[in-house]
Amino acid sequence: MTQFNALMGGLFILTAFGIVGLRQIIGSLRLFVVQSVLLAGSAFIIGLVHGSIHLFVVAGIVLIVKAFFIPWLLYRVLSHELHARREIAQALDVPTSLLLAAGLTIIAYFIVNPLLNVVSDPFIRINLPVGMAGVLLGAYAIAVRREALPQLLGILTMENGAFFAGVSIAPDLPLLAELAAAFDVLVIALVVGLLTRRIQKQVGTTLVGEMARLKEE
Amino acid sequence: MAEKIFFNLIQLLVVMVFSPLIKGIIDRLKEMIQSKRGPSVLQPYRDIWKLFNKDEVVSEQSSWIFRLAPYMCFITPMFVALLIPVLTDYPLFFAFMADMLGGGFILALGGFFATLAAVDTGNPYGPMGASRTRMVGFLAEPVFMIVFFTVSFVAGSTIPYIVQKVWVTPFANFFEPSHVLVMLAFLMLILAESGRIPVDNPSGHFELAMIDESKGLEYSGRGAALMKWGGCMKFFVLLCIFLNVLVTPWGLAGSGSLWEVLVAVPLILIKMFFFIVVLVIIESSLAKLRLYRITEFMGAAFITSVAALLLQLLEIQG
Repeated sequence: MTQFNALMGGLFILTAFGIVGLRQIIGSLRLFVVQSVLLAGSAFIIGLVHGSIHLFVVAGIVLIVKAFFIPWLLYRVLSHELHARREIAQALDVPTSLLLAAGLTIIAYFIVNPLLNVVSDPFIRINLPVGMAGVLLGAYAIAVRREALPQLLGILTMENGAFFAGVSIAPDLPLLAELAAAFDVLVIALVVGLLTRRIQKQVGTTLVGEMARLKEE
Repeated sequence: MAEKIFFNLIQLLVVMVFSPLIKGIIDRLKEMIQSKRGPSVLQPYRDIWKLFNKDEVVSEQSSWIFRLAPYMCFITPMFVALLIPVLTDYPLFFAFMADMLGGGFILALGGFFATLAAVDTGNPYGPMGASRTRMVGFLAEPVFMIVFFTVSFVAGSTIPYIVQKVWVTPFANFFEPSHVLVMLAFLMLILAESGRIPVDNPSGHFELAMIDESKGLEYSGRGAALMKWGGCMKFFVLLCIFLNVLVTPWGLAGSGSLWEVLVAVPLILIKMFFFIVVLVIIESSLAKLRLYRITEFMGAAFITSVAALLLQLLEIQG
Protein backbone atom coordinates (compact mmCIF):
# COMPACT_ATOMS: atom_id res chain seq x y z
CA MET A 1 0.00 0.00 0.00
CA THR A 2 2.75 2.46 0.89
CA GLN A 3 4.34 1.47 -2.39
CA PHE A 4 1.32 2.61 -4.36
CA ASN A 5 1.10 5.77 -2.33
CA ALA A 6 4.77 6.46 -3.07
CA LEU A 7 4.05 5.89 -6.75
CA MET A 8 1.21 8.41 -6.58
CA GLY A 9 3.64 10.83 -4.95
CA GLY A 10 6.32 10.33 -7.60
CA LEU A 11 3.90 10.82 -10.46
CA PHE A 12 2.39 13.81 -8.63
CA ILE A 13 5.77 15.54 -8.65
CA LEU A 14 6.20 14.63 -12.32
CA THR A 15 2.85 16.22 -13.26
CA ALA A 16 3.79 19.32 -11.26
CA PHE A 17 7.00 19.54 -13.31
CA GLY A 18 4.88 19.17 -16.42
CA ILE A 19 2.60 22.02 -15.40
CA VAL A 20 5.70 24.19 -14.94
CA GLY A 21 7.37 23.16 -18.17
CA LEU A 22 4.84 22.11 -20.78
CA ARG A 23 4.38 24.39 -23.79
CA GLN A 24 0.79 23.63 -24.73
CA ILE A 25 -2.02 25.05 -22.65
CA ILE A 26 -4.29 22.09 -23.35
CA GLY A 27 -1.52 19.68 -22.33
CA SER A 28 -1.09 21.49 -19.02
CA LEU A 29 -4.81 21.25 -18.39
CA ARG A 30 -4.77 17.50 -19.08
CA LEU A 31 -1.82 17.08 -16.74
CA PHE A 32 -3.77 18.92 -14.08
CA VAL A 33 -6.57 16.38 -14.49
CA VAL A 34 -4.07 13.54 -14.09
CA GLN A 35 -2.63 15.24 -11.03
CA SER A 36 -6.06 15.53 -9.43
CA VAL A 37 -6.72 11.86 -10.11
CA LEU A 38 -3.42 11.02 -8.41
CA LEU A 39 -4.40 13.16 -5.43
CA ALA A 40 -7.72 11.34 -5.20
CA GLY A 41 -5.88 8.03 -5.44
CA SER A 42 -3.56 8.94 -2.59
CA ALA A 43 -6.50 10.07 -0.44
CA PHE A 44 -8.26 6.80 -1.24
CA ILE A 45 -5.26 4.68 -0.28
CA ILE A 46 -4.70 6.53 3.00
CA GLY A 47 -8.41 6.30 3.73
CA LEU A 48 -8.28 2.57 3.12
CA VAL A 49 -5.37 2.10 5.53
CA HIS A 50 -6.66 4.37 8.28
CA GLY A 51 -10.23 3.21 7.79
CA SER A 52 -11.38 6.78 7.55
CA ILE A 53 -14.60 7.45 5.70
CA HIS A 54 -13.76 11.14 5.47
CA LEU A 55 -10.91 10.51 3.10
CA PHE A 56 -13.13 8.52 0.73
CA VAL A 57 -15.44 11.53 0.57
CA VAL A 58 -12.42 13.77 0.00
CA ALA A 59 -11.29 11.54 -2.86
CA GLY A 60 -14.79 11.70 -4.34
CA ILE A 61 -14.98 15.48 -4.05
CA VAL A 62 -11.54 15.87 -5.64
CA LEU A 63 -12.49 13.60 -8.51
CA ILE A 64 -15.76 15.37 -9.20
CA VAL A 65 -14.62 18.94 -8.75
CA LYS A 66 -11.05 18.91 -9.98
CA ALA A 67 -10.85 16.06 -12.44
CA PHE A 68 -14.20 16.76 -14.01
CA PHE A 69 -15.88 20.03 -13.15
CA ILE A 70 -13.02 22.54 -13.38
CA PRO A 71 -11.65 21.25 -16.70
CA TRP A 72 -15.17 21.18 -18.11
CA LEU A 73 -15.72 24.76 -16.91
CA LEU A 74 -12.46 25.94 -18.46
CA TYR A 75 -13.27 24.17 -21.71
CA ARG A 76 -16.61 25.93 -21.77
CA VAL A 77 -15.39 29.40 -20.88
CA LEU A 78 -12.08 29.41 -22.72
CA SER A 79 -12.37 26.91 -25.52
CA HIS A 80 -10.99 29.35 -28.08
CA GLU A 81 -8.07 30.19 -25.82
CA LEU A 82 -7.32 26.50 -25.28
CA HIS A 83 -7.35 25.47 -28.89
CA ALA A 84 -6.16 28.48 -30.83
CA ARG A 85 -3.16 29.48 -28.76
CA ARG A 86 -0.81 26.55 -28.72
CA GLU A 87 2.26 27.92 -27.01
CA ILE A 88 2.57 29.53 -23.62
CA ALA A 89 4.80 32.58 -23.21
CA GLN A 90 7.29 32.16 -20.39
CA ALA A 91 9.71 34.39 -18.53
CA LEU A 92 12.45 31.74 -18.74
CA ASP A 93 13.04 29.10 -21.37
CA VAL A 94 11.79 25.60 -20.65
CA PRO A 95 15.02 23.76 -19.67
CA THR A 96 16.06 26.57 -17.30
CA SER A 97 12.72 26.68 -15.56
CA LEU A 98 12.69 22.88 -15.23
CA LEU A 99 16.13 22.93 -13.61
CA LEU A 100 15.00 25.59 -11.14
CA ALA A 101 11.92 23.48 -10.46
CA ALA A 102 14.15 20.52 -9.58
CA GLY A 103 16.00 22.81 -7.15
CA LEU A 104 12.68 23.84 -5.59
CA THR A 105 11.84 20.20 -4.96
CA ILE A 106 15.02 19.77 -2.94
CA ILE A 107 14.23 22.95 -0.99
CA ALA A 108 10.75 21.59 -0.27
CA TYR A 109 12.28 18.48 1.22
CA PHE A 110 14.60 20.47 3.48
CA ILE A 111 11.73 22.66 4.64
CA VAL A 112 9.72 19.68 5.86
CA ASN A 113 12.71 17.70 7.09
CA PRO A 114 12.49 18.90 10.75
CA LEU A 115 8.88 17.73 10.83
CA LEU A 116 9.76 14.38 9.31
CA ASN A 117 12.17 13.69 12.16
CA VAL A 118 9.24 13.79 14.58
CA VAL A 119 6.72 11.59 12.78
CA SER A 120 7.10 7.97 11.85
CA ASP A 121 3.92 7.39 9.85
CA PRO A 122 5.12 6.24 6.40
CA PHE A 123 2.30 8.08 4.64
CA ILE A 124 3.27 11.41 6.17
CA ARG A 125 6.90 10.79 5.23
CA ILE A 126 5.83 10.48 1.59
CA ASN A 127 2.99 12.96 1.33
CA LEU A 128 4.40 15.89 3.25
CA PRO A 129 7.50 16.56 1.11
CA VAL A 130 5.62 15.81 -2.10
CA GLY A 131 2.76 18.12 -1.13
CA MET A 132 5.19 20.86 -0.13
CA ALA A 133 6.97 20.47 -3.47
CA GLY A 134 3.58 20.77 -5.18
CA VAL A 135 2.87 24.04 -3.36
CA LEU A 136 6.28 25.50 -4.26
CA LEU A 137 6.12 24.34 -7.88
CA GLY A 138 2.63 25.82 -8.26
CA ALA A 139 3.83 29.17 -6.91
CA TYR A 140 6.80 28.96 -9.25
CA ALA A 141 4.51 28.26 -12.20
CA ILE A 142 2.54 31.41 -11.38
CA ALA A 143 5.76 33.40 -11.31
CA VAL A 144 7.30 32.05 -14.48
CA ARG A 145 4.28 31.80 -16.77
CA ARG A 146 3.05 34.94 -18.47
CA GLU A 147 -0.50 33.95 -19.29
CA ALA A 148 -3.69 33.87 -17.33
CA LEU A 149 -4.78 30.28 -17.75
CA PRO A 150 -1.41 28.64 -16.94
CA GLN A 151 -1.22 30.91 -13.90
CA LEU A 152 -4.62 29.63 -12.83
CA LEU A 153 -3.28 26.10 -13.23
CA GLY A 154 -0.40 27.17 -10.97
CA ILE A 155 -2.86 28.20 -8.26
CA LEU A 156 -4.71 24.93 -8.61
CA THR A 157 -1.44 23.00 -8.37
CA MET A 158 -0.62 24.81 -5.12
CA GLU A 159 -4.04 23.83 -3.85
CA ASN A 160 -3.50 20.21 -4.92
CA GLY A 161 -0.14 20.18 -3.15
CA ALA A 162 -1.67 21.49 0.06
CA PHE A 163 -4.35 18.80 -0.11
CA PHE A 164 -1.76 16.12 -0.85
CA ALA A 165 0.07 17.00 2.35
CA GLY A 166 -3.21 17.55 4.22
CA VAL A 167 -4.79 14.16 3.65
CA SER A 168 -1.85 12.45 5.33
CA ILE A 169 -1.51 14.81 8.31
CA ALA A 170 -5.17 15.07 9.23
CA PRO A 171 -7.08 11.98 8.14
CA ASP A 172 -10.10 13.13 10.14
CA LEU A 173 -10.38 16.67 8.91
CA PRO A 174 -13.98 17.93 9.26
CA LEU A 175 -15.83 17.41 6.05
CA LEU A 176 -17.01 21.00 6.11
CA ALA A 177 -13.45 22.22 5.57
CA GLU A 178 -12.99 19.93 2.59
CA LEU A 179 -16.27 21.02 1.05
CA ALA A 180 -15.46 24.67 1.61
CA ALA A 181 -12.05 24.26 0.02
CA ALA A 182 -13.49 22.45 -2.98
CA PHE A 183 -16.06 25.16 -3.63
CA ASP A 184 -13.44 27.81 -3.05
CA VAL A 185 -11.33 26.34 -5.81
CA LEU A 186 -14.32 26.08 -8.09
CA VAL A 187 -15.17 29.74 -7.57
CA ILE A 188 -11.53 30.74 -8.15
CA ALA A 189 -11.48 28.81 -11.42
CA LEU A 190 -14.76 30.34 -12.53
CA VAL A 191 -13.76 33.92 -11.64
CA VAL A 192 -10.31 33.68 -13.24
CA GLY A 193 -11.80 31.99 -16.29
CA LEU A 194 -14.42 34.70 -16.79
CA LEU A 195 -11.90 37.44 -16.09
CA THR A 196 -9.55 35.95 -18.65
CA ARG A 197 -12.28 35.85 -21.23
CA ARG A 198 -13.08 39.48 -20.46
CA ILE A 199 -9.42 40.47 -20.79
CA GLN A 200 -9.17 38.64 -24.05
CA LYS A 201 -12.21 40.40 -25.43
CA GLN A 202 -10.91 43.82 -24.40
CA VAL A 203 -7.21 43.54 -25.22
CA GLY A 204 -7.14 40.65 -27.64
CA THR A 205 -4.62 38.63 -25.70
CA THR A 206 -4.22 36.86 -22.38
CA LEU A 207 -0.55 37.66 -22.00
CA VAL A 208 -1.05 39.17 -18.58
CA GLY A 209 2.71 39.34 -18.12
CA GLU A 210 2.84 42.05 -20.76
CA MET A 211 0.27 44.26 -19.05
CA ALA A 212 2.37 46.67 -17.11
CA ARG A 213 -0.25 49.25 -16.23
CA LEU A 214 -3.98 49.74 -16.33
CA LYS A 215 -5.36 51.49 -19.33
CA GLU A 216 -8.15 54.06 -19.46
CA GLU A 217 -10.09 54.95 -22.50
CA MET B 1 32.17 -23.32 -18.94
CA ALA B 2 31.74 -24.67 -22.46
CA GLU B 3 28.01 -24.51 -21.91
CA LYS B 4 28.15 -20.83 -21.00
CA ILE B 5 30.18 -20.01 -24.10
CA PHE B 6 27.65 -21.96 -26.16
CA PHE B 7 24.70 -20.04 -24.66
CA ASN B 8 26.51 -16.80 -25.25
CA LEU B 9 26.88 -17.66 -28.91
CA ILE B 10 23.18 -18.57 -29.11
CA GLN B 11 22.42 -15.18 -27.59
CA LEU B 12 24.54 -13.46 -30.24
CA LEU B 13 22.88 -15.48 -32.97
CA VAL B 14 19.40 -14.54 -31.72
CA VAL B 15 20.33 -10.86 -31.83
CA MET B 16 21.73 -11.18 -35.35
CA VAL B 17 18.88 -13.21 -36.77
CA PHE B 18 15.86 -11.56 -35.21
CA SER B 19 16.84 -7.88 -35.25
CA PRO B 20 15.73 -7.24 -38.88
CA LEU B 21 12.43 -8.96 -38.04
CA ILE B 22 11.74 -6.38 -35.31
CA LYS B 23 12.31 -3.57 -37.80
CA GLY B 24 10.03 -5.31 -40.30
CA ILE B 25 7.26 -5.62 -37.73
CA ILE B 26 7.56 -1.95 -36.79
CA ASP B 27 7.32 -0.87 -40.43
CA ARG B 28 4.35 -3.13 -41.06
CA LEU B 29 2.46 -1.99 -37.94
CA LYS B 30 3.04 1.65 -38.76
CA GLU B 31 1.59 1.24 -42.22
CA MET B 32 -1.32 -0.72 -40.81
CA ILE B 33 -2.17 2.13 -38.44
CA GLN B 34 -2.29 4.41 -41.48
CA SER B 35 -4.76 1.88 -42.99
CA LYS B 36 -2.34 0.67 -45.65
CA ARG B 37 -1.20 -2.89 -46.07
CA GLY B 38 2.50 -2.21 -45.72
CA PRO B 39 5.56 -4.23 -46.71
CA SER B 40 6.08 -7.81 -45.60
CA VAL B 41 7.69 -8.24 -42.19
CA LEU B 42 10.53 -10.02 -44.00
CA GLN B 43 11.34 -7.00 -46.15
CA PRO B 44 14.45 -5.96 -44.13
CA TYR B 45 15.96 -9.42 -44.71
CA ARG B 46 15.38 -9.08 -48.44
CA ASP B 47 16.88 -5.58 -48.44
CA ILE B 48 19.98 -6.74 -46.63
CA TRP B 49 20.33 -9.78 -48.89
CA LYS B 50 19.97 -7.65 -52.00
CA LEU B 51 22.52 -5.12 -50.78
CA PHE B 52 25.05 -7.84 -50.03
CA ASN B 53 24.86 -8.98 -53.63
CA LYS B 54 25.43 -5.53 -55.12
CA ASP B 55 28.64 -3.77 -56.01
CA GLU B 56 30.05 -1.28 -53.58
CA VAL B 57 30.96 2.22 -54.74
CA VAL B 58 33.45 4.14 -52.61
CA SER B 59 34.27 7.77 -53.23
CA GLU B 60 37.88 8.53 -54.20
CA GLN B 61 37.94 11.44 -51.74
CA SER B 62 37.12 9.29 -48.73
CA SER B 63 39.69 7.78 -46.38
CA TRP B 64 39.98 4.49 -44.50
CA ILE B 65 37.47 5.71 -41.90
CA PHE B 66 34.71 5.52 -44.48
CA ARG B 67 35.59 1.89 -45.19
CA LEU B 68 35.99 0.93 -41.53
CA ALA B 69 32.78 2.52 -40.23
CA PRO B 70 30.28 -0.13 -41.46
CA TYR B 71 32.27 -2.86 -39.74
CA MET B 72 32.37 -0.87 -36.51
CA CYS B 73 28.61 -0.24 -36.70
CA PHE B 74 28.09 -3.96 -37.27
CA ILE B 75 30.45 -5.27 -34.60
CA THR B 76 29.75 -2.98 -31.64
CA PRO B 77 26.13 -4.14 -31.03
CA MET B 78 27.41 -7.73 -31.20
CA PHE B 79 29.87 -7.02 -28.40
CA VAL B 80 27.13 -5.47 -26.28
CA ALA B 81 24.91 -8.48 -26.98
CA LEU B 82 27.55 -10.63 -25.28
CA LEU B 83 27.35 -8.54 -22.10
CA ILE B 84 23.65 -8.05 -21.43
CA PRO B 85 20.87 -10.44 -20.40
CA VAL B 86 19.13 -11.41 -23.62
CA LEU B 87 18.09 -14.97 -22.81
CA THR B 88 19.40 -15.85 -19.35
CA ASP B 89 19.07 -14.21 -15.96
CA TYR B 90 22.56 -15.27 -14.84
CA PRO B 91 25.81 -13.93 -16.29
CA LEU B 92 27.22 -15.84 -19.21
CA PHE B 93 30.84 -16.36 -20.18
CA PHE B 94 31.71 -12.92 -21.57
CA ALA B 95 29.51 -10.93 -19.18
CA PHE B 96 32.39 -10.16 -16.82
CA MET B 97 34.00 -7.90 -19.41
CA ALA B 98 31.90 -4.78 -18.86
CA ASP B 99 28.95 -3.40 -16.92
CA MET B 100 26.12 -1.24 -18.28
CA LEU B 101 28.33 1.82 -18.59
CA GLY B 102 30.81 -0.23 -20.58
CA GLY B 103 28.01 -1.38 -22.88
CA GLY B 104 26.96 2.24 -23.35
CA PHE B 105 30.50 3.20 -24.30
CA ILE B 106 30.78 0.38 -26.82
CA LEU B 107 27.51 1.42 -28.47
CA ALA B 108 28.70 5.03 -28.51
CA LEU B 109 31.90 3.91 -30.29
CA GLY B 110 29.87 2.62 -33.23
CA GLY B 111 27.91 5.87 -33.36
CA PHE B 112 31.17 7.81 -33.22
CA PHE B 113 32.58 6.01 -36.26
CA ALA B 114 29.34 6.45 -38.20
CA THR B 115 29.51 10.18 -37.50
CA LEU B 116 33.15 10.39 -38.57
CA ALA B 117 32.40 8.51 -41.78
CA ALA B 118 29.54 10.90 -42.57
CA VAL B 119 31.93 13.85 -42.25
CA ASP B 120 34.55 11.99 -44.25
CA THR B 121 32.53 11.96 -47.49
CA GLY B 122 32.12 15.04 -49.64
CA ASN B 123 28.34 14.78 -49.41
CA PRO B 124 26.95 18.03 -47.92
CA TYR B 125 24.13 16.19 -46.13
CA GLY B 126 26.52 13.91 -44.29
CA PRO B 127 28.19 16.49 -42.01
CA MET B 128 24.83 18.15 -41.40
CA GLY B 129 23.27 14.91 -40.21
CA ALA B 130 26.42 14.12 -38.25
CA SER B 131 26.38 17.40 -36.34
CA ARG B 132 22.66 16.96 -35.58
CA THR B 133 23.26 13.45 -34.31
CA ARG B 134 25.98 14.79 -32.03
CA MET B 135 23.56 17.44 -30.75
CA VAL B 136 20.93 14.85 -29.86
CA GLY B 137 23.72 12.68 -28.47
CA PHE B 138 25.13 15.20 -26.07
CA LEU B 139 21.64 16.11 -24.90
CA ALA B 140 20.97 12.43 -24.27
CA GLU B 141 24.23 11.91 -22.41
CA PRO B 142 23.22 13.51 -19.07
CA VAL B 143 19.96 11.54 -19.07
CA PHE B 144 21.92 8.36 -19.68
CA MET B 145 24.23 9.19 -16.79
CA ILE B 146 21.50 10.07 -14.30
CA VAL B 147 19.50 6.96 -15.20
CA PHE B 148 22.58 4.84 -14.54
CA PHE B 149 23.33 6.69 -11.30
CA THR B 150 19.79 6.05 -10.09
CA VAL B 151 19.85 2.42 -11.11
CA SER B 152 23.23 1.76 -9.53
CA PHE B 153 22.23 3.73 -6.44
CA VAL B 154 19.18 1.53 -5.93
CA ALA B 155 20.82 -1.76 -6.84
CA GLY B 156 24.28 -0.98 -5.50
CA SER B 157 25.72 -2.21 -8.76
CA THR B 158 25.92 -1.41 -12.46
CA ILE B 159 25.93 -5.06 -13.54
CA PRO B 160 22.65 -5.60 -15.43
CA TYR B 161 22.18 -9.10 -14.00
CA ILE B 162 22.08 -7.75 -10.45
CA VAL B 163 19.95 -4.72 -11.31
CA GLN B 164 17.18 -6.77 -12.93
CA LYS B 165 16.69 -8.79 -9.75
CA VAL B 166 16.55 -5.80 -7.43
CA TRP B 167 13.57 -4.23 -9.21
CA VAL B 168 11.29 -7.25 -8.85
CA THR B 169 12.28 -8.94 -5.58
CA PRO B 170 9.88 -8.49 -3.86
CA PHE B 171 7.39 -7.69 -6.60
CA ALA B 172 6.29 -4.54 -4.74
CA ASN B 173 9.61 -2.95 -5.70
CA PHE B 174 8.28 -2.74 -9.23
CA PHE B 175 6.00 0.12 -8.16
CA GLU B 176 8.75 2.08 -6.49
CA PRO B 177 8.29 5.64 -7.83
CA SER B 178 11.92 5.96 -8.84
CA HIS B 179 11.63 2.76 -10.86
CA VAL B 180 8.61 4.04 -12.78
CA LEU B 181 10.31 7.37 -13.45
CA VAL B 182 13.52 5.67 -14.57
CA MET B 183 11.47 3.57 -16.99
CA LEU B 184 9.85 6.70 -18.40
CA ALA B 185 13.19 8.49 -18.78
CA PHE B 186 14.77 5.47 -20.44
CA LEU B 187 11.83 5.19 -22.85
CA MET B 188 12.38 8.80 -23.93
CA LEU B 189 16.08 8.04 -24.24
CA ILE B 190 15.38 5.08 -26.54
CA LEU B 191 13.16 7.27 -28.71
CA ALA B 192 15.98 9.81 -29.04
CA GLU B 193 18.87 7.38 -29.41
CA SER B 194 17.27 5.25 -32.10
CA GLY B 195 15.90 8.22 -34.00
CA ARG B 196 12.20 7.55 -33.55
CA ILE B 197 9.45 10.04 -34.11
CA PRO B 198 9.30 12.90 -31.65
CA VAL B 199 13.01 13.39 -32.33
CA ASP B 200 13.59 12.08 -35.84
CA ASN B 201 11.55 10.42 -38.56
CA PRO B 202 13.12 7.07 -39.44
CA SER B 203 11.07 6.61 -42.61
CA GLY B 204 11.48 10.15 -43.95
CA HIS B 205 13.14 10.61 -47.34
CA PHE B 206 13.77 14.34 -47.22
CA GLU B 207 17.50 14.85 -46.71
CA LEU B 208 17.29 18.32 -45.17
CA ALA B 209 15.12 17.06 -42.33
CA MET B 210 17.12 13.92 -41.61
CA ILE B 211 19.07 13.41 -38.43
CA ASP B 212 20.04 9.77 -38.17
CA GLU B 213 19.45 8.51 -41.71
CA SER B 214 21.66 10.98 -43.55
CA LYS B 215 24.81 9.42 -42.13
CA GLY B 216 24.35 6.30 -44.24
CA LEU B 217 23.40 8.00 -47.50
CA GLU B 218 26.79 7.52 -49.17
CA TYR B 219 26.99 3.80 -48.56
CA SER B 220 26.13 1.22 -51.17
CA GLY B 221 26.39 -2.54 -51.52
CA ARG B 222 27.99 -4.37 -48.63
CA GLY B 223 28.65 -1.20 -46.62
CA ALA B 224 24.99 -0.21 -46.73
CA ALA B 225 23.90 -3.73 -45.76
CA LEU B 226 26.23 -3.77 -42.77
CA MET B 227 25.12 -0.29 -41.64
CA LYS B 228 21.48 -1.31 -41.93
CA TRP B 229 21.92 -4.60 -40.12
CA GLY B 230 24.05 -2.92 -37.46
CA GLY B 231 21.35 -0.30 -36.93
CA CYS B 232 18.74 -3.05 -36.45
CA MET B 233 20.97 -4.85 -33.96
CA LYS B 234 21.63 -1.67 -32.01
CA PHE B 235 17.90 -1.12 -31.65
CA PHE B 236 17.40 -4.76 -30.63
CA VAL B 237 20.13 -4.49 -28.00
CA LEU B 238 18.67 -1.28 -26.58
CA LEU B 239 15.26 -2.96 -26.37
CA CYS B 240 16.85 -5.92 -24.59
CA ILE B 241 18.42 -3.64 -21.99
CA PHE B 242 15.17 -1.75 -21.52
CA LEU B 243 12.88 -4.78 -21.30
CA ASN B 244 15.07 -7.37 -19.62
CA VAL B 245 16.77 -5.10 -17.12
CA LEU B 246 14.22 -2.41 -16.34
CA VAL B 247 10.67 -3.32 -17.31
CA THR B 248 9.94 -7.05 -17.53
CA PRO B 249 12.81 -9.19 -16.22
CA TRP B 250 10.63 -12.31 -16.35
CA GLY B 251 10.70 -15.20 -18.75
CA LEU B 252 14.46 -15.52 -18.85
CA ALA B 253 16.21 -18.85 -18.52
CA GLY B 254 17.15 -19.44 -14.90
CA SER B 255 18.97 -22.74 -14.97
CA GLY B 256 21.57 -24.05 -17.36
CA SER B 257 19.38 -26.30 -19.48
CA LEU B 258 19.35 -25.79 -23.23
CA TRP B 259 15.60 -26.26 -23.37
CA GLU B 260 14.94 -23.26 -21.12
CA VAL B 261 17.27 -21.07 -23.16
CA LEU B 262 15.43 -22.01 -26.33
CA VAL B 263 12.06 -21.26 -24.71
CA ALA B 264 13.37 -17.84 -23.71
CA VAL B 265 13.76 -16.87 -27.38
CA PRO B 266 10.04 -16.69 -28.26
CA LEU B 267 9.35 -15.10 -24.86
CA ILE B 268 11.72 -12.19 -25.49
CA LEU B 269 10.23 -11.77 -28.96
CA ILE B 270 6.72 -11.63 -27.50
CA LYS B 271 7.82 -9.02 -24.95
CA MET B 272 9.36 -7.00 -27.75
CA PHE B 273 6.22 -7.29 -29.82
CA PHE B 274 4.13 -5.76 -27.04
CA PHE B 275 6.64 -2.99 -26.55
CA ILE B 276 6.72 -2.33 -30.29
CA VAL B 277 2.94 -1.92 -30.36
CA VAL B 278 3.31 0.77 -27.68
CA LEU B 279 6.16 2.35 -29.63
CA VAL B 280 4.18 2.43 -32.86
CA ILE B 281 1.23 4.04 -31.08
CA ILE B 282 3.56 6.71 -29.67
CA GLU B 283 5.09 7.28 -33.08
CA SER B 284 1.78 7.45 -34.90
CA SER B 285 0.14 9.85 -32.48
CA LEU B 286 2.95 12.40 -32.19
CA ALA B 287 4.44 14.83 -34.68
CA LYS B 288 8.15 15.23 -35.23
CA LEU B 289 9.59 18.05 -33.15
CA ARG B 290 11.40 21.01 -34.65
CA LEU B 291 15.16 20.70 -34.28
CA TYR B 292 15.46 23.25 -31.47
CA ARG B 293 12.54 21.71 -29.62
CA ILE B 294 14.55 18.54 -29.14
CA THR B 295 16.31 20.37 -26.32
CA GLU B 296 13.00 20.57 -24.51
CA PHE B 297 12.16 16.93 -25.12
CA MET B 298 15.53 15.86 -23.74
CA GLY B 299 15.11 18.40 -20.93
CA ALA B 300 11.89 16.65 -19.99
CA ALA B 301 13.67 13.29 -20.05
CA PHE B 302 16.45 14.75 -17.91
CA ILE B 303 14.06 16.18 -15.35
CA THR B 304 12.23 12.84 -15.18
CA SER B 305 15.48 11.02 -14.43
CA VAL B 306 16.53 13.70 -11.93
CA ALA B 307 13.15 13.36 -10.22
CA ALA B 308 13.76 9.61 -9.98
CA LEU B 309 17.14 10.24 -8.37
CA LEU B 310 15.68 12.88 -6.04
CA LEU B 311 12.88 10.60 -4.85
CA GLN B 312 15.48 7.95 -4.12
CA LEU B 313 17.78 10.38 -2.31
CA LEU B 314 14.97 11.93 -0.29
CA GLU B 315 13.77 8.48 0.75
CA ILE B 316 10.31 8.89 -0.75
CA GLN B 317 9.67 5.21 -1.20
CA GLY B 318 7.40 2.55 0.07
